[in-house]
Amino acid sequence: MTHTDLPRTRAPGGRASGPLAGVLLVLEHHWTWYRRNWRATAVSSILQPLLFLLAFGVGFGTLIDGTGRAAQATGGLDYLVWLAPALLCVSAVQTGVFDSTYPVLSGLKWQRHYLAMTATPIGPGQVVAGHLIWMTIKIGGCGAVYVAVIAFFGGVRSPGIVLALLVAMLAGAAVGAPVTAFSAGVEDEGSAFTVLFRLVLIPMTLFSGTFFPVDRLPAWVQPITWLSPLWHGTELARAAALGGGAWLPALGHTAVLVALVAGGSAVAVVRFRRRLYR
Amino acid sequence: MGDGLVQARGLRKSFGGFEAVRGVDVDVARGEIFGFLGPNGAGKSSTMRMIACVSPRSGGELSVLGMDPDVDGPRIRARIGVVPQLDNLDTELTVRENLEIYGRYFGLSRAHVRHKAVELLELAQLGDRGDAAVESLSGGMKRRLTIARSLVNDPELLLLDEPTTGLDPQARHLLWDRLYRLKGEGVTQIVTTHYMDEAEQLCDRLVVMDGGVIVAEGSPGELIAGYSTREVLELRFPPGTVAPVETVEQLADRVEVLPDRLLLYTSHGDHLQAELARRGLTPLSALVRRSSLEDVFLRLTGRSLVD
Repeated sequence: MTHTDLPRTRAPGGRASGPLAGVLLVLEHHWTWYRRNWRATAVSSILQPLLFLLAFGVGFGTLIDGTGRAAQATGGLDYLVWLAPALLCVSAVQTGVFDSTYPVLSGLKWQRHYLAMTATPIGPGQVVAGHLIWMTIKIGGCGAVYVAVIAFFGGVRSPGIVLALLVAMLAGAAVGAPVTAFSAGVEDEGSAFTVLFRLVLIPMTLFSGTFFPVDRLPAWVQPITWLSPLWHGTELARAAALGGGAWLPALGHTAVLVALVAGGSAVAVVRFRRRLYR
Repeated sequence: MGDGLVQARGLRKSFGGFEAVRGVDVDVARGEIFGFLGPNGAGKSSTMRMIACVSPRSGGELSVLGMDPDVDGPRIRARIGVVPQLDNLDTELTVRENLEIYGRYFGLSRAHVRHKAVELLELAQLGDRGDAAVESLSGGMKRRLTIARSLVNDPELLLLDEPTTGLDPQARHLLWDRLYRLKGEGVTQIVTTHYMDEAEQLCDRLVVMDGGVIVAEGSPGELIAGYSTREVLELRFPPGTVAPVETVEQLADRVEVLPDRLLLYTSHGDHLQAELARRGLTPLSALVRRSSLEDVFLRLTGRSLVD
């Protein structure tokens, strides 16, 4: 603190922004962070899906393309074309989980910047909404780059892939919202996240119809996949990108994903409020 | 209730079965610096958090800036500044971005927060560190930034929860000077502190809390006059010897037994010292000083031997 007299910029006085304007301010905060740190996140959010694309789409795909059973499973499409919309969803769901675990717990517990935010006119609901909307926008941005890369490898056949990208964003939010709610209830150093990654995220990635249709699984396993938001997203994204989906299942998948966003957000807001305003 | 800036009546806060604040009455007048003193766990921070509208009260009445925190939390928070006990800066942003982003949350324009940030950087003596990441700052610098950040919305009411913890003596004195100037500008301030000299320097009025209730209230001078004597004789005896507590008890108004020394409360320290010498008591060292808030604090928070 200094002794010298400083020209004082008198404030018009702080004021409480409306609910929506407050969310925009939280987004501005995220954007300020991203402008400075995008390089680090770009590596993890684009490189990793790229590796999936090369390994499965290009490598594994060229191995099985042209075989009868693969063509039967993909409906006659190149494996890469069949895989592309699903990969968008996998990448979205992974971002949804990663961005809603340690970063959320840090805001509440380690760095505590959520406490700083909610000491201003901003409330817990706006913090949650800002986090989820920002995450969804980021998924969309990274997904767009991903689509361009997939197109480069010849994996895009129709403009429906744009719709698939929107579905992927919805799937990412459908996972991010409940995971945010889960993280807000974590009091320790986040040991539960390891369990979440290993026992939920990885099995979900492997058995949600991404790399092979779930009807190849034993009949008794199939109902379990219905619990997976990634499966709903993948079915929907594939229908959007490749056509051939019926209206009723599409509506059902959308309803499940929207319900997860709504329910997860609602629980997250309650838990944030309880934790930040205790 | 009257027209105080902060008014509490029977204010309570419980966490599960534990009652942290057990019926507190407080009136903070516009323009004063008001202090909360008390040992750890006395309920100071819980009270501060209720006033800051980030902790719903469990009972009683509370009005801040004439509004009810339960109803008008965001509107109240828009007009107050908060220095939390633990820094909660966004360590992945720069120093300047922390000030600007925080200012934006108060609905201030980008142009305004840009100017304001420059001014606050000077105030916090971080003018040349504006574009540094917060992570790279020392503990004292982070504390100064947190304090500067609390002024971004030109608050009418400033809540400082142990503001000088982690600051070096120079920075403490500069902060006191700055808080005094803010008082001159009409900013009401509520401070919690462990430092008695800080409370004595800064506070117009203060309350001593212990076990969730207020045990004394007044100006520093009133509290010293009411709960202590004019002077204190501090005696230190060689380690291992038994301090002659019974003898000095007869001579002093009150005696405080600390692990390493005896505090003798009396109106005339020199007279008492002479009398002890006459009786052949030879302490390792003896010091006569004026009573301070620390003496009030020791007495009120239950470490007193003779009441």
